[in-house]
Amino acid sequence: MPSISREEVAHLAHLARLDLAPDELDHLAGQLDQILGAVAQVTEVAADDIPPTSHALPLTNVFRADEPRPCLTPESVLAAAPAAEDGRFRVPQILGEEQ
Amino acid sequence: MTVTTALPSFDEAIATYEPVMGMEVHVELGTATKMFCGCSTTFGGEPNSQVCPVCLGLPGSLPVVNEIAVESAIRIGLALNCSIAEWCRFARKNYFYPDMPKNFQTSQYDEPIAFDGYMDVVADGVEYRIGIERAHMEEDTGKSLHVGGATGRIHGASHSLLDYNRSGIPLIEIVTKPIEVPAEVAPAVARAYVTELRELIRALGVSEARMELGQLRCDANVSLRLPGAAYGTRTETKNVNSLRSVERAVTYEIRRQASVLSSGGTIVQETRHWHEDTGETTSGRVKEEAEDYRYFPEPDLVPIAPSREWVDELRATLPEPPSVRRARLQEAWGFTDLEMRDVVNAGALSLVFDTVAAGATAGGAKKWWLGEVARVANERGVALEDAGISVADVARVEVLIGEGALNDKLARQVVEGVLAGEGTPDEVVAARGLAVVSDDSALGAAVDDAIAAQPDVADKIRAGNLGAVGALIGAIMKATKGQADAKRARELILERLQS
Repeated sequence: MPSISREEVAHLAHLARLDLAPDELDHLAGQLDQILGAVAQVTEVAADDIPPTSHALPLTNVFRADEPRPCLTPESVLAAAPAAEDGRFRVPQILGEEQ
Repeated sequence: MTVTTALPSFDEAIATYEPVMGMEVHVELGTATKMFCGCSTTFGGEPNSQVCPVCLGLPGSLPVVNEIAVESAIRIGLALNCSIAEWCRFARKNYFYPDMPKNFQTSQYDEPIAFDGYMDVVADGVEYRIGIERAHMEEDTGKSLHVGGATGRIHGASHSLLDYNRSGIPLIEIVTKPIEVPAEVAPAVARAYVTELRELIRALGVSEARMELGQLRCDANVSLRLPGAAYGTRTETKNVNSLRSVERAVTYEIRRQASVLSSGGTIVQETRHWHEDTGETTSGRVKEEAEDYRYFPEPDLVPIAPSREWVDELRATLPEPPSVRRARLQEAWGFTDLEMRDVVNAGALSLVFDTVAAGATAGGAKKWWLGEVARVANERGVALEDAGISVADVARVEVLIGEGALNDKLARQVVEGVLAGEGTPDEVVAARGLAVVSDDSALGAAVDDAIAAQPDVADKIRAGNLGAVGALIGAIMKATKGQADAKRARELILERLQS
């Protein structure tokens, strides 16, 4: 029994706006299953006395003062964009949304 | 999709169904910098001039939390009578849409910083307690401009343009528990809630909360059910960006859903968009389920664990609750409940307060802000504070009235002049020659003329009928083009006819 189904991979692909062909879905479903299996091994060594964590460092409350810092220039920002127009990032038509 | 069939009236809708509402309000904090980076939050900058690797989501950049934003979130939570989390984390909300260059929004999911509170609001003279589910921290998105379609809408656009100056500005999202109030007051309660929340946010000083600038944005969830039945399917109406719209959008959605349900249809769980111009909502996207956002704890930020000392310190900075402040001011100003409600609904409480502090009477301050200024602001589609007259100007007009230099009619012209950009009240008085005529020689001639022109009225006054004085004052006003000092004119009339 794989830990991720082909349908779930298809759903994830849709959420990620990826158009995957049937053979690509088969291929990636298998690979994702292997990755999940590898990660699942970690749970086997996690003992009851080890609390779950989402961070490698045992820190809390790392804050920054509310003081402005220099920004990038629009020119340098847009130089990295695949396309720009009127000082803005230009992106392809957005589908499936009506605002 | 626009509903073309006639909708039932609101009264017809609630004769059958009970509405349940849930309000989600986003408040843009007035911090100097963004939530996770030091980019300025100043409004109106050149596009993409207030961005950096962090808010652009460039590889290798790391966010750091703005301390003032956390402080503001805790203060909002406390003011809403919430519990403050002893430990909470940020989470990534994953979605693919170009308004967030990171492809996720840093938000909070199952560990909001504030939860389980309430706020009391008054609608139609009755107090309702609105439960607060949570208040959590997140970041704003960039601004999209849709090109090539009709009137800037996404539909039919050939492409879109993105400005990320707003992306990463701190937001606090405040979510209510289901609001179940008598159906007939539901839209008014929704409006009262947003109004009260706006006052609270302003009193806290964490944001100016100006809806027309998008600093306070409201999404209204509405569902209908038969009395006693389980909750119905809800819709989430977005883009409800004025207090009046809150009430109208809720009313419309109740009517629309009643229409669908009573004709045997089912409500689709979806996002709907409110259109101020047509007063309708239209279908947006079918809402993604929470699991589709694949929330997970943000690995680049460490947890937030506010100490009890810090929370107590912040609790000590809370302002007087707006309802308490209103009651105190209402008494000091001598306003009726209705007058006070008008001031609050107009968003003029602080303006009236400041104008009184600058030397005006409360009644005078209210009269101008809710009268002439509101009329012009409404015409121009701007907020009262942007209509073109300052608190000091309104106070000055009131002082001039108090000194007898202006009467009501002239003061109206002065305010008009200031609103038209002609300068300060004193400049308008000088330029338009609007000073009240109270010097006895000029006024005396007008009084004599009026008496001569209406001998029968003069006789009545001589006989002791003081009610007739008004007729002469009216004539004097007309002759002096409204510039006569009415009080002095009355004195002069009585001197002449009663000696």
